[in-house]
Amino acid sequence: MLVNEFLMLGAVLFCIGVYGVIVRKNAVMVLMSIELILNSVNINFLTFALRNGSTDGHTFALYVIAVAAAEVGVGLAMVLLMYRNRRSVGLDELSEMKG
Amino acid sequence: MLASDMLVAQNVGFFIIAAAMVVGALRVVTTRNVVHAALWLVVVLSGAAAQYVLLAAEFVAITQIMVYIGAVMVLFLFGTMLTRAQIGAEDNLNNAKSWIFGVPVAVLMLATLVIALNDGFGNEKLPMDAPVVNTQQVSDQIFGPYLLPFWALSFVLLAAAIGAIVLARRD
Repeated sequence: MLVNEFLMLGAVLFCIGVYGVIVRKNAVMVLMSIELILNSVNINFLTFALRNGSTDGHTFALYVIAVAAAEVGVGLAMVLLMYRNRRSVGLDELSEMKG
Repeated sequence: MLASDMLVAQNVGFFIIAAAMVVGALRVVTTRNVVHAALWLVVVLSGAAAQYVLLAAEFVAITQIMVYIGAVMVLFLFGTMLTRAQIGAEDNLNNAKSWIFGVPVAVLMLATLVIALNDGFGNEKLPMDAPVVNTQQVSDQIFGPYLLPFWALSFVLLAAAIGAIVLARRD
């Protein structure tokens, strides 16, 4: 197995996630794209952990998973609040802070 | 490169899982149905768990399955359920004409990453005789040198849980 196989997979997933964040308007879909990005980062962490023979990457991957879970919880609560206030989850409608 | 040092079975497994993950990820960002996107995301996340097993990270793989597929996915499905009345395909998921920006950004970023990775790692191999990192080693890390980040993370999770309750509460 080459190091690059895993790193390329991570790169491809990262770029697909970035594309999703740019293209999607629905807030739930943007959160899903962010999950893709976080997973690609985890693949990289574990690849380098194996390459360098250390376990630090595992710890960081676990922390990333925990932070991602917290992020999804708060994010979906915000989406729910947004839906309750304006009956829509389109991110382009949140323009009150526009100058 | 000799066939004997290629580890054929693991390579075949890797490429099958990687292909499934890439197809799933593309469907997540292109499908017009929110529930379908959530289910394709399950394919990507379980594929990632399988790749973690290939990378000798058993505890992270199990955590991935329990946290992502068990908990985060349920949250996504609940979020979908609570925020939309319409079932089936939806036209209003994307920004208008946004692929004009999205495709070039993603392609350029991928090209940059591929060039950088080829430069940096070329044909470097992973050590395939490395022992599996077991749960004891991971916990020695977390409760040893990384104890302070672990505490910080506990507060982050607590704050997130309280914050989610406060935000979602109906007054």
